[in-house]
Amino acid sequence: MFGKLTMEAIPINQPIPLATVCVLIVGIVGILTIVTWKGWWPYLWREWITSTDHKRIGVMYVILALVMLLRGFADAIMMRAQLALAAGHAAGYLPPEHYNQIFSAHGTIMIFFVGMAFVIGLMNFVLPLQLGVRDVAFPVLNSVGFWLTAAGVLLVNVSLGVGEFARTGWLAYPPLSEVAYSPGVGVDYYLWSLQISGLGTLLSGINLTTTILKLRAPGMSYGRMPVFCWTALAANLLIIAAFPILTATFAMLLLDRYLGFHFFTNDGGGNPMMYINLIWGWGHPEVYILVLPAFGVFSEVIATFSGKPLFGYRSMVMATMAICILSFMVWLHHFFTMGAGANVNAFFGIATMIIAVPTGVKVFNWLFTMYGGSIRFTAPVHWAIGFIVTFVIGGMTGVLMAIPPADFVLHNSLFLIAHFHNVIIGGVIFGAMAGYTYWFPKAFGFKLHEGLGKAVFWCWFVGFYLAFMPLYALGLMGATRRMQHYADPAWQPLMIVALGGAVIILIGILLTVVQLVVSIRSREQRRDLTGDPWNGRTLEWSISSPPPAWNFALLPTVGGPDTFWNLKRHPAPPGTAPALVSLVIPKHSALGFFVAFFAVILGFSLIWHIWWLAIVGLLGAIAVSLRHAWQAELEDSVSVATIADHERAHQSQVARS
Amino acid sequence: MNKTSARFGVLRACAAFGLLDGCSYGVMNPKGPVAANERVILFDATAIMLSVVIPVIVCTLAFAWWFRARNRRAERRPDWEYSGRIEFVTWSIPAMIVLFLGGMTWIGSHDLDPRMALKSDVTPVEIEVVSLDWKWLFIYPQEQIATVNELVIPVNTPVHFKLTSGSVMNSFFVPQLGSQIYTMAGMTTQLNLLASTVGTYGGLSAQFSGDGFSDMRFDVRAMPEEEYRAWLTSSRAGTEHLDAVRYAKLAAPSLHDEPATFGRVTTGLFNSIVHSHGAPIGSSPTSALADGKSL
Repeated sequence: MFGKLTMEAIPINQPIPLATVCVLIVGIVGILTIVTWKGWWPYLWREWITSTDHKRIGVMYVILALVMLLRGFADAIMMRAQLALAAGHAAGYLPPEHYNQIFSAHGTIMIFFVGMAFVIGLMNFVLPLQLGVRDVAFPVLNSVGFWLTAAGVLLVNVSLGVGEFARTGWLAYPPLSEVAYSPGVGVDYYLWSLQISGLGTLLSGINLTTTILKLRAPGMSYGRMPVFCWTALAANLLIIAAFPILTATFAMLLLDRYLGFHFFTNDGGGNPMMYINLIWGWGHPEVYILVLPAFGVFSEVIATFSGKPLFGYRSMVMATMAICILSFMVWLHHFFTMGAGANVNAFFGIATMIIAVPTGVKVFNWLFTMYGGSIRFTAPVHWAIGFIVTFVIGGMTGVLMAIPPADFVLHNSLFLIAHFHNVIIGGVIFGAMAGYTYWFPKAFGFKLHEGLGKAVFWCWFVGFYLAFMPLYALGLMGATRRMQHYADPAWQPLMIVALGGAVIILIGILLTVVQLVVSIRSREQRRDLTGDPWNGRTLEWSISSPPPAWNFALLPTVGGPDTFWNLKRHPAPPGTAPALVSLVIPKHSALGFFVAFFAVILGFSLIWHIWWLAIVGLLGAIAVSLRHAWQAELEDSVSVATIADHERAHQSQVARS
Repeated sequence: MNKTSARFGVLRACAAFGLLDGCSYGVMNPKGPVAANERVILFDATAIMLSVVIPVIVCTLAFAWWFRARNRRAERRPDWEYSGRIEFVTWSIPAMIVLFLGGMTWIGSHDLDPRMALKSDVTPVEIEVVSLDWKWLFIYPQEQIATVNELVIPVNTPVHFKLTSGSVMNSFFVPQLGSQIYTMAGMTTQLNLLASTVGTYGGLSAQFSGDGFSDMRFDVRAMPEEEYRAWLTSSRAGTEHLDAVRYAKLAAPSLHDEPATFGRVTTGLFNSIVHSHGAPIGSSPTSALADGKSL
């Protein structure tokens, strides 16, 4: 009846997971009680859960990312504490079977559910506004994509309390991840949650690519798109090209695990090397899916706060697209030590270095954007400058490891760990935080607390260097990744410094929460009445904050990347605006929520081999999709009066301030 | 940890920040030509890149500070967004660096190819390496002996390793001797190393392989030729015989295995392990397709 699921799956005798699960359950029940007690359900259901508004969906992605950042960071600090203790003969406080789950969960959560959710959230929110359009190409699909991501998140977190998570590392290399060596449900949790959320990501990628290619304001040719749109285009093209590889690779591993196939097994003609090639065929483009939108955020932030157009727009676009293409030609650099020949290794090493050329061009162009500008040192600018300084160091260590003979001694060491945190924290997280602070007033109509925002930056910046510079040194001293304890007590002082750095980052993360609470409480003083709090350059700043459901009452006409800036300099003569017309906006849809609901049932029952329930989940998801397909009315119309009221209110606010 | 060693530890930590500590051991303290050449490449490449990275960091901070909104002396160019000359330079600088490093990569990859025999007048020692859950088996085919979790080699003599796995993937790595290489079931990889100084060097698995991974450490004892000969003689005196049955026992997952020696090894054991694809020898029929894969 319940497949492999028995009471033994509940970690009654493991104090750490048990306590965590109890706290989580109390927290979730508490939140649900408050929501019910306050009678917020109808509002939440109508305005958020079933929303097809790209802005709402974008905000939900970012909230999901921030919540999962807390979870992923809890894992990080447990790992750092374990390594600060487990020197010499000390075993630390986490046994290997638990420690191995923690580092696997940390990597999985941080990449898929923090990094991806954050950048997809930002792109979802910003893209239609910057493109000057009223929504994404497929609003309901957008909602489905989000809820499938949330379904994956739920499954990963269920593994805390029911069963276990993978103990294989975040990429689950076979043969270790095959049934022969990982018979438990951990790898199945990993695979099914990523299959489900990966589908959501692919849908989102298709949606955003279509939006950029097919929906742009009149006059916005490709050469007039803001650079963030270009980086988003590159990232979403990569999603479309790379995520199917991930899905197919996981599908093969699932066939191995469930039906006794031999794609990647040691025996029966399987070949684990093939998995490693395939997974990095997705994995390397994945890092550019994360970092390219971050580059776009920095381009916007640096141009806006320098009061200058972005220097070398065409170079920036070319560099972005060059990175997009090159990112598919370098996957082998993740395993130079597999024993491929010198020619193969050298080819992939040099291909990897070539990516440093367009990346270097970007850095120089940011420098020259600042040159001659008038720079306002806001929190987003702090993130941007911190990024350039940090990222060039991470880029340097990356190119160092692209040299095969250097990689032979650095591969899989803590030096590698330091390198990719150097680029992912310094690039993606800094970019996400810059974007979060920059676009927050657009989303909610008030600015975040500036001082606390800078405090958050300094915590991350200082914390990062303290946490990861020691790891560079430890890597050179011969310390490898994923070790649960080590023999050499001389490593311990550096491990303690690294723990200190992680604690400072933790303070930064907590301050983000404080900043949010303080800013919400004092929102009346930090209102953004004009819709243009930063003296912005692109179209999202030309409308009210928060924007109405239809974004633009009249579609703007675009003459270049900095349309709004030019409009502010040369305003259109009054009275020339065309008359308002009524619009249609997509109806709310519960499809995404229900598809995800059944996807969770499907995933959970497949993990535990509860076959009848899996059939229920699959049929349920198909049924709600079919029901949606037969729905005739998918749009609501907005009357001219409603639009005109909103426009008048916005104009009077602008005039008053 | 007592007070003196704690203070010493703090000192070490400080020193390591400047990577000075690296001089004492690990990758930064090579004991053989492979590791030494790899360190040279590390240093050269870092120096080349720092020549750009440091100016970029300085310029970032300097531009940002000089062009701060409150600086009345800064000359503003609010519409400056393009300069063909500057664009040319911004593409050229990284391109030149990459050209330089690319040449280094090509030459380095070929010179330090793990499969390539090292130049030496001395006949290489052959050693076959098998990674198991969670220990290392070293077979000396010419001598018909084997060791577990301890590798003994003569100094100044090239060592030719053939490596495979009796279980999941691992990576054989002795940081002070240089290059690491994966061990994979059903496949053979090759590695050539040489220790140029007498000493004991730590070895480890650098590829996560499960619960006992952290203890997959072994000592490499590099000793003078005569001592090595003596060690071989005494090892051959050992009574334990490593045959298929004993191998199956050894291959069962275990933690914290003490170093051990086998005085006799069945001929061709390594090849049988490769052909068994991670399963106990002879127990699992293997596909003809996968057989004989060799790297």
